[in-house]
Amino acid sequence: MSEQPDRTAIEMRGVSVGAMRDISFTVVEEVNWSVAAGEFWVIAGQEHSGKSDLLMLAAGLMPPASGSYKLFGLETQSFGEAELAERLRLGFVFEGGQLFKQLTIRENVALPLQYHRDLPSAAAAQEAQALLELMELTPLADLMPPNISENWLQRAALARALILKPEMLLLDNPLGRLGGRHLQWWLRFLDRLGRGHEWCGGKPMTLVASTDDLRPWPGAQRKFALLRDRKFFPLGSWTDVASAGDPILKELLAVPVDLAS
Amino acid sequence: MRGNLAKAFVLTETQFFRRAALPKSYTDLLGRKLFLFLLTVQGLVAFALITLGVMLRKSGVAKNVIRPRIRQEIARAGVALLPMFLFVALALGFLVIGQTVSALAKFGATGYLGTTMVIVIVRELGPLLAAMLVLARVGTAHVIELGTARALGEVEALEALGIDPVHYLIVPRVIGMAVGVFALTVYLIIGALVSGYLFAFLQDVPLTPGDYFKQIAEALGWLDFALLALKTLAFGFFIAIVTCYHGLAQPLRLEDVSRVAVRAVTQGVIVCVLIDALFILLYLLT
Repeated sequence: MSEQPDRTAIEMRGVSVGAMRDISFTVVEEVNWSVAAGEFWVIAGQEHSGKSDLLMLAAGLMPPASGSYKLFGLETQSFGEAELAERLRLGFVFEGGQLFKQLTIRENVALPLQYHRDLPSAAAAQEAQALLELMELTPLADLMPPNISENWLQRAALARALILKPEMLLLDNPLGRLGGRHLQWWLRFLDRLGRGHEWCGGKPMTLVASTDDLRPWPGAQRKFALLRDRKFFPLGSWTDVASAGDPILKELLAVPVDLAS
Repeated sequence: MRGNLAKAFVLTETQFFRRAALPKSYTDLLGRKLFLFLLTVQGLVAFALITLGVMLRKSGVAKNVIRPRIRQEIARAGVALLPMFLFVALALGFLVIGQTVSALAKFGATGYLGTTMVIVIVRELGPLLAAMLVLARVGTAHVIELGTARALGEVEALEALGIDPVHYLIVPRVIGMAVGVFALTVYLIIGALVSGYLFAFLQDVPLTPGDYFKQIAEALGWLDFALLALKTLAFGFFIAIVTCYHGLAQPLRLEDVSRVAVRAVTQGVIVCVLIDALFILLYLLT
């Protein structure tokens, strides 16, 4: 499958998304969405609008409640062992990082490498070193996740998702918990990934990020979508977002709203 | 990967039953309890089979990750418990000898001391006590660790990285515990037999070490060794399965972890006793 030059990374037709914790409970209905390779999508939605569940479904962590979902042109329910090669073309950054608490940052980042290529831990750590340096994580590499700040945890989670050089990266509210300096670093870094970062061989990466605050995201090269009232609305480019009059969109943009109305 | 876990857990969607309104009559309650029990058994068996399947199919996968994990688990469920087991072995030898010497002395049958020790310690108390201690010390830790990991989303994180959670989290624990219970039982038995003689000697039982150990050797058959190995490996395997299953299956929130830990320990004890009963049958049949 991977030999075909399929240009569509994500293709959803009439997909209903169940909640991760209880799949019988539908959080988003009738999603029709396609993401071409190399695109950068930002999915906006308020808390509990189903952003995380949609992304987890897109990552193959759970099957769609109904509808058809194709990932890299492959009809997917949820990933099993047969689709391992496809799964590794995709990286996922959880909100809050979800690093393994028993392992140091370095071990966390090196684990996928070690597991999938069966490297001895020293060799894997050495390979991970380049990425740690690139992401300015070297000084923290030997600390345990509970001992470092959320800003850096999130960045370590990004490193762990990038270690296998995926073609597509899904990020669940990556900027939600970040402070100012980190926010700028993330926006710059994600743009570099989107244009093609030397770490991933210079190939433009497909990116999908969710957010509950649209203010940091304006950019002509990004595409936007809105999750509202259990529906998925692809909006298009930033100019379309700015001109749309949706009240929830205004809230996500932190436009002052008249509370009395 | 997710499929593996989901298969076991879908079978035990017990929340519905637990949350349903309280039944009116006692028989309804009994029925519900029985139903829950059967669902749990079904889930445990499915989980055990899945774990065995993964263990066999992936024995060669990611050795560099899994082997150190297995060593770590053996250290935790075996080596780290040695000091405690030394103490328990001393106590066990003392208890059993203290009681039997006074009882056997009434009939002038202290000559059967070695035989009694084999029946009591090698066949029954040794393995069961070792299993209970490992359950208490390591099994509880498994439930809490896995329950926390699941509630904090680390299982999903493993899946997102294409790492099979059963392979990475469960298999090393199961192997570590099976080996741990087996090895600790052997140490416990040897320790108890030696300390038993020590206390018999202190109580002036006219028995030379040579006679004592000759009695023991005569009372032991090849079947004892085979069944001891089987039994302790089964104890370790099933304690690990029960504790890991409850750690991973239920807690989706941190608050659930303590409740699940209690349930897992109770079921661990029940499973051990059931296995023990099965082996008594085997002894009686052969």
